[in-house]
Amino acid sequence: MVDRIVSRNIHFFGDNISTDLIIPGKYKFKTTDAKELAQHAMEGADPDFSKKAEEGDVIIGGDNFGCGSSREQAPLALVGLGIKAILAKSFARIFYRNALNLGLPVIENRQAVEDLAPGDTLEIDFKKGAIRNIRLDKTYPIKPLPPFLLEMLEADGLVAYYKKYGRLPWQEA
Amino acid sequence: MGQTIVEKILSKASHGKAEAGDIVVADIDYIMAHDGTAPLAIEAFREFGAKKVWDKDRIILFIDHNAPSDFEELSTLHKLMRNFAKEQDIKLYDVGQGVCHQLMPEQGYVRPGYVVVGADSHTCTYGALGAFSTGLGSSDVAAIFLSGKLWFRVPETMKFVLEGKLPRMVAPKDVILYLIGETGADGATYKSVEFASTIMENMPVDGRLTVCNMAVEMGAKNGVVATDEETFKFLGERRPGEDYVSDEDAVYASVKEYDLGGLEPQVACPSMVDNVKPVSEVGKVEIDQAVLGSCTNGRASDLAIAAKMIKGKKIAEGVRFLVVPASQKVYLDALRRGFIETLLEAGATVCNPGCGPCCGLHQGILAAGEVAISTTNRNFVGRMGSRESKIYLASPATVTASALKGVITDPRGI
Repeated sequence: MVDRIVSRNIHFFGDNISTDLIIPGKYKFKTTDAKELAQHAMEGADPDFSKKAEEGDVIIGGDNFGCGSSREQAPLALVGLGIKAILAKSFARIFYRNALNLGLPVIENRQAVEDLAPGDTLEIDFKKGAIRNIRLDKTYPIKPLPPFLLEMLEADGLVAYYKKYGRLPWQEA
Repeated sequence: MGQTIVEKILSKASHGKAEAGDIVVADIDYIMAHDGTAPLAIEAFREFGAKKVWDKDRIILFIDHNAPSDFEELSTLHKLMRNFAKEQDIKLYDVGQGVCHQLMPEQGYVRPGYVVVGADSHTCTYGALGAFSTGLGSSDVAAIFLSGKLWFRVPETMKFVLEGKLPRMVAPKDVILYLIGETGADGATYKSVEFASTIMENMPVDGRLTVCNMAVEMGAKNGVVATDEETFKFLGERRPGEDYVSDEDAVYASVKEYDLGGLEPQVACPSMVDNVKPVSEVGKVEIDQAVLGSCTNGRASDLAIAAKMIKGKKIAEGVRFLVVPASQKVYLDALRRGFIETLLEAGATVCNPGCGPCCGLHQGILAAGEVAISTTNRNFVGRMGSRESKIYLASPATVTASALKGVITDPRGI
């Protein structure tokens, strides 16, 4: 993850986007490869999504984004597609944890979602702890993560963190 | 200040005093993963560069979600799991032995006060025995394979005080569907939910497993029931030295009381689990498939209800009634007690123990336009097959009544 992300395109989805919609169950039994999974990302909600999405895009969700199954293939498929962050009104718990573990920034901010319009550009700055809607020139706070999780996100996820530091983020240095 | 059950368990597991909102690093008693999630966890474990798991006796693997395999790519993933289990000397329950969430309590891996986690969202089932149990993704599971510990935010607890006596033909499944309808699919997100009082005290462990299984369908981190004589009856000689009960002065995020003495059978309508109605308000819905099974309702007591209702009758023409015992032990028990014979004579199809069609992988995938009523736990769009199919969730009695009539049917009229 870089400290500052500027969204390329944003893609809107509604409430209760389940992991069954993000990556239908049948695909998780075919492969563990992020690029292959990416071809089916969001297929349950928008069958053409993998063709529309581009590297650097940001997904906008409603309430309870990522509910349902614990499959980490769901955020993995989005990472494979080049999605740089997800901004939603709220996230389901396991999906939230899984996304952070894969180094995919997930940000909860109800107002920011409500203010967005198609074609808007978002600037996400974790160092400053803020997101900005460029069209509205309006800034919204990012609820701070515990420091060990922020470090993990900065290192690009759990496995990458371990490879870099030789310990798990919550283990004493 | 008193503690909730989950605060007590996480205090013990983190060797300190855990209060809601704290972040703790807890020791894990048991961890499980299955064929949908273990392959990614094993890959992450390899990526850590790790050679040996932290404790081979505390990791359990299951091949249950799509078992036996019916395509080659999956057979490769199953083989990867078997090889890993062999290499690390880990216990693996293979094809036909049953669903992970049935086998974990049945085979004795769950005890009161334990922290039992798994790479499956319905791991929250084990709170029925007074354990703290929650679902995780594959990276977290790999971190536990490596270290035996994981960080948790100690959840606030929502308490449901359930009073009354359940009417005839109204089951634990109806209780949890009703509560999910009341709470909403994200009404308990990040929280622990404790199910308490008369209804729970009078409910055998089988029913408590059903209730806790679906806690995640209201967004909860875990579901839990205080230990009592019923728990100890189920555990037998695995009975622990101490009870796990919330203190009287424990602090709750909310306490809600419900009198369920007049509860009707409930149905979760397409395509969210919180779209719940009493069966009398569902209207005339013709079904193509009825499913009895899964980690929610595939136990011998569930098959007993179906067998009793269906004895001497035939299922409706054009309906496929799929029965999936949750484990080999359940299957054998049902066989010996004559349930399997009764169900077969009525026209049911009995599948091998496992997850069956619950997650749309095999054994009953729905075509576009088809409708199923099922005892499973999710009715999301596309869950059991086509995006244009529909799933209704209900109790074993309601599913059996519907299989007999070919339309969604109130079991109280059968």
